[in-house]
Amino acid sequence: MHITVKLFAQFRKGRFVEQQRECAPNSSVGSIVQELGIEEPEVGLIMVNNRHAELTSELQEGARLAIFPLVGGG
Amino acid sequence: MSGWLAGLLDFLQTGSEHNLLPWQCQLEAARQFDLTLPQVEGHALALGLMPARYARNQNTFTVYDQLRLFRSRVAVIGCGGLGGYVIEELARLGVGTIRAIDPDIFQEHNLNRQLLSSPAALGRAKVELAAERVAEINPAVTLVPVQELYMPGRAGQLLGSAQVVVDALDSIHTRLALANSCGALGIPLVHGAIAGWYGHLCTQFPGDNSIQHLYGNTPHRHGVEARLGNPAFTPAVVASLEAAEVCKILLGVGSALRGRWLVINLFDMTFDEIALPR
Repeated sequence: MHITVKLFAQFRKGRFVEQQRECAPNSSVGSIVQELGIEEPEVGLIMVNNRHAELTSELQEGARLAIFPLVGGG
Repeated sequence: MSGWLAGLLDFLQTGSEHNLLPWQCQLEAARQFDLTLPQVEGHALALGLMPARYARNQNTFTVYDQLRLFRSRVAVIGCGGLGGYVIEELARLGVGTIRAIDPDIFQEHNLNRQLLSSPAALGRAKVELAAERVAEINPAVTLVPVQELYMPGRAGQLLGSAQVVVDALDSIHTRLALANSCGALGIPLVHGAIAGWYGHLCTQFPGDNSIQHLYGNTPHRHGVEARLGNPAFTPAVVASLEAAEVCKILLGVGSALRGRWLVINLFDMTFDEIALPR
């Protein structure tokens, strides 16, 4: 199936800002994170179709996935 | 009106030029009438006189706005990268009482970005340097230094009288506790965080849960700042945005970043606004 992935902050380095991707039906967010070589503990907020999602959330055809790093410094 | 007060008001009025009160006159009034500089500032503003240091605030803020800022109380939690700049800007803005809370002392690795740090300050309490800096740049406002770790059990004493709280913390766990405390106490919280070239900002009003939404799943983790560090400019940018939020909330003007998450990327120079559930 077809999804759109948008990355933020340093997740873009060596990857992309936004990309159309093919993935297996019902792929989880976590599987995409793994495919992209992003370290799971560095993942902060995840949004699918502008709604809060989890690493375990399943993606549907046409999903728009946004992945933000966990930023906590002051 | 008591005799001395009438005398003071007359002294301030006579010493002012075009409704601007020169610093020398403010100093002299404090000496002659045995008042503190903040007391003189309060009387001057109530009389409609703008201390001359705020001359360039005019047209952005009225004398009444300036009085409102002077009578405001803001708590800044954390005096590191974000906190140092926030305190600097609030003091220059003329916020009357700033409570600075931080348990730490300055260390060498703070020097690349923390405004209050310097080689001479190494080993000294961050809140002590905050008090010294504010006394130097604007002696008419008061910085209350509190050298302790923010603990939710002490929220009432630490935050109780504040009208706005600024999150300048570097711990996600403490930040979530602070967000809960502010909600319970009914105080708006301006939240900012940074890592490397990146940062974000969001303002949470009582009853909102935006910060819990951002960090709720990750309370015991460290952010990517542990790996990326923080350069000089990122805290300055995010802290300035936080100070602007504080100013608007205190004055009840403009649009706060409520239910909106500003995601800042200084590497690509992009600012994304993401809608958040409140």
